[in-house]
Amino acid sequence: MTLQIPSIHYLAILPVLIFFGAALLLMVGTALLRSKVSIAVATSTTVAVSLASLVVNFFQWRCVAKAGASTTIAHAIVLDDFSVIASAVIAVAVLMTALVAHDWAIRERVSGVEFHIMALASSGGALLMTQANDLIVIFLGLEILSLGLYVLVAFDRHRATSSEAALKYFLLGGFASAIFIYGAALVYGATGSTNLTSISYFLGSNVLLRPGLLYAGGALLLVGFAFKVAAVPFHLWSPDVYEGAPTPVTGFMAAVVKVGAFAALVRVLISSLGTQLDTWRPILWVLVVLTTVVGASLAIVQRNAKRMLAYSSINHAGFILLGVWAGTIRGTAATLFYVMTYAPVVVASFAVLTLVGGVGDEHHSIEYYRGLARRQPWLGGALCVLLLSQLGAPLTTGFYAKFAVLASVVDAGGGALALIALVSAAIAAYFYLRWAMALYADDDVEGVRVEVPRLTGAVIGFGVAVTILFGVWPGPLATLAQHATVLFTP
Amino acid sequence: MAHTHSSLWLAALILVPLVGALLAALTRKTEGRAYLVAVAAASVELALSLVVALLYNPHFSGAATFDFYSRHVLAAPFGLAYDVGVDGISLLMVVLTSLVLLLALLGSRDRRREPAFVAWLLLLTSFTMGSFVAHDLLEFFIFFELTLIPCYFIISQWGGRERSRAALKFFIYTFAGSAFLLIGILYLGFLHQHQAQGDLTFAYGTLSSTVMSHGTAVWLFVAFAIAFGVKAPIWPLHTWSPLTYAEAPTAGSIEMSALLAKLGTYGLLRFAVGLFPLALATMRPVIMTLAVVGILYGSLLACVTPDLKRLVAFSSLAQMGFITLGLMSGSKIATVGAVLLMFNHGVITVGFFLIIGFIEQRRGSILVRDFTGLQGPAPVMAALFTVVMLASIGLPGLSGFVSEYLILIGTFATHAWWAVVASIGVVAAALYLLWAYQRVFHGRAEGANATLPDATSRERWVLVPVVVLIVALGVFPKPVLDRISPSVQQLIEHVAPSGVSK
Repeated sequence: MTLQIPSIHYLAILPVLIFFGAALLLMVGTALLRSKVSIAVATSTTVAVSLASLVVNFFQWRCVAKAGASTTIAHAIVLDDFSVIASAVIAVAVLMTALVAHDWAIRERVSGVEFHIMALASSGGALLMTQANDLIVIFLGLEILSLGLYVLVAFDRHRATSSEAALKYFLLGGFASAIFIYGAALVYGATGSTNLTSISYFLGSNVLLRPGLLYAGGALLLVGFAFKVAAVPFHLWSPDVYEGAPTPVTGFMAAVVKVGAFAALVRVLISSLGTQLDTWRPILWVLVVLTTVVGASLAIVQRNAKRMLAYSSINHAGFILLGVWAGTIRGTAATLFYVMTYAPVVVASFAVLTLVGGVGDEHHSIEYYRGLARRQPWLGGALCVLLLSQLGAPLTTGFYAKFAVLASVVDAGGGALALIALVSAAIAAYFYLRWAMALYADDDVEGVRVEVPRLTGAVIGFGVAVTILFGVWPGPLATLAQHATVLFTP
Repeated sequence: MAHTHSSLWLAALILVPLVGALLAALTRKTEGRAYLVAVAAASVELALSLVVALLYNPHFSGAATFDFYSRHVLAAPFGLAYDVGVDGISLLMVVLTSLVLLLALLGSRDRRREPAFVAWLLLLTSFTMGSFVAHDLLEFFIFFELTLIPCYFIISQWGGRERSRAALKFFIYTFAGSAFLLIGILYLGFLHQHQAQGDLTFAYGTLSSTVMSHGTAVWLFVAFAIAFGVKAPIWPLHTWSPLTYAEAPTAGSIEMSALLAKLGTYGLLRFAVGLFPLALATMRPVIMTLAVVGILYGSLLACVTPDLKRLVAFSSLAQMGFITLGLMSGSKIATVGAVLLMFNHGVITVGFFLIIGFIEQRRGSILVRDFTGLQGPAPVMAALFTVVMLASIGLPGLSGFVSEYLILIGTFATHAWWAVVASIGVVAAALYLLWAYQRVFHGRAEGANATLPDATSRERWVLVPVVVLIVALGVFPKPVLDRISPSVQQLIEHVAPSGVSK
């Protein structure tokens, strides 16, 4: 018996290869070179890799436009517009994070390139998740993504909270992965395949007389994803981890993990288990209600900026889940649009937090933000815009992101769900505004000035520019998101 | 169909304050220049809106009375479009918006060294203008939501002692209220899309032909009414307003009560009544009852409130009750009266808040018990206050009378009992305003009251347009009524099958 090597469409997996390749190269390089590889080289590598990946995404997009969506490596990897857009978003988030982390590393005197190796490898995992067409590949991506993150979270060795967060994340993340793979096994048992297309085909052409196994498997998969995106009640790790992790890493997690996990979740639920819509929808309904309401409500009582954004990101996860709940093309497009617009905003927000955090990364109480916009109108104003965008104010992308998911939900007959989510947005408005108000407080004008290094400043500026530009003119992004999901029929 | 006027006029109305705000923000280095820029922008804006008012022709587009109409789709997947047009109803609001801006600016000259303040004020005007000329539900909603942000910053940065609480309360109330509006708009949009099988659209004209069941209409009406009821405010959704009006700086109170409140009633008429005629048979008595309760409740609280700004806030609640009563009555006369009262109440409130602001500036207090006998040291101020107050009470010959009279006789024809109870509010207005006037301006002035400086010539000039409008619209309201009537007529005919029309 000869081993059949499946054909490989290299363009499809090029971004993943670039990311892993660069990570390997850096690792081997540091080991072999006698002199230390400087942080600047590492940052430049990550930046170059992200840019290269974006260029590849462009060619992928053209390839899909010409030849249509395709699968490769024994149908385990898919190349379609959806994956191209999601990878591009990840590349942008990695690029932004690398620049912020560069200034952060200089300030914290973190030398060495390990940070970038881990970030690159981790992002490679996320890229893999966006393209995965097989439960095992999703699991692979998830694990690669997480393993890198466990190290990144613990990167700040001087702070005990950093290690504590990493341990928490590792233990709970390990559980989540185990649950996920168990779910994958059960689904395999029920349908005879781990390939998403085959599962979909099987479920489309067979009636399961005893669907219990499939339901149990699907539920466990959902729990695994819910852990990763921090959906209530599987969110308990997230505030502690967000708080403990070095701030640039927190931004990275909030953006990249969300994109990867939601891309895979959409594939599993919509294109693979789309026929079981009526089964998973009620579960998701409960999950959305809990996630949006609890996320917003608990954010109110926080006094720590990072914890606040952690709960805010839980609230956002609930909103993104709304688009998944809809289960339609419109909903999928809305989900994609949401992560597209949320990622730059959240990375930029955490960039501001990184700066305010100061040496030691410890100034995260809301008190440090009092009067910031009075002392430094540009920095404070930028944070204010970013907060308003997360709040969902019009003229920012945050508004259209919420609008898109809500529209898809109302279209799919979930008026009540949309209303609950929107009310949670009103609750969340309270803490965004309180924060914005602290920025403009005039009783503490004498506070410390925050230094704004050039690269981080550029990242923040980019985040603000994106949110305002596409907030005024959402057409291109909306069309892109819609175009990317046309092939995605349940 | 004849060609309508160019919609560029309306684009200019939105853009002029926007550019003004940008320029004001850019000139912050030079002291006082931002203020001059803002006043210039506001003057241009007023001139533009007057030109639009004079050019407006209700008979351009056949059955609909919209002029200056144009529509451009911006983001097809979202159904987002730039779609503007004015009819007689929005025209009046457009003029009010630019007028209020200029007066608010001139009346808050003490803020002239704060470019951020005038920039927010201009932004607010741009957004308000946008909501009044929007002819698309989603576009309206976006502008409607946008007005919250400048308001929030104006209150939270330049307000009174409890400004943070007031700003938050205001924002969250309105934000939560508009959640219902957004869901309602989305539902309506998709309902229409599923019927018409076309692209998603939120165009007002298109959506008004949506077929729906009575139950759907009622639910959508309720969702819209909640959002507009919070904004107006209509009893019992008013609880944010006294605190907010009292804590906001003078210009903020003016903008909110004279203008943004009108967004609520305007939305109620244009969108809730205009789009869901089926719901009216069920909802009319409910909303009218709430309006009457609001009139009585506002009047009652106005009698006992200790400070002048809250007095105006509660009196506004009563006035908004009258407006709502007229809008919901289904009578053409009353609806015209209500639209006119929206304008008149705006002008009168500007007058009130300006004068209270002048007093507050001098004494640092707005508590009724701190004042007595101001008539002696400040006779001109007292005279101006009297005119505004009498207009608010509804003295014949002044503007308030015309509108209240139209509302009451119109409502009496369709819903007699509601009109009877509401007319108690007219008497009560006389009671609480005259009583407050008596306590503040009559008697012997002592201490700080005795030396209170009278209105300066600049302050007098700011109030001149207010007084002129109050008298002019009281004596000769015809040109204004001529512009409102065709649009109201058209609206009433559109909703008539379900209600009484007289």
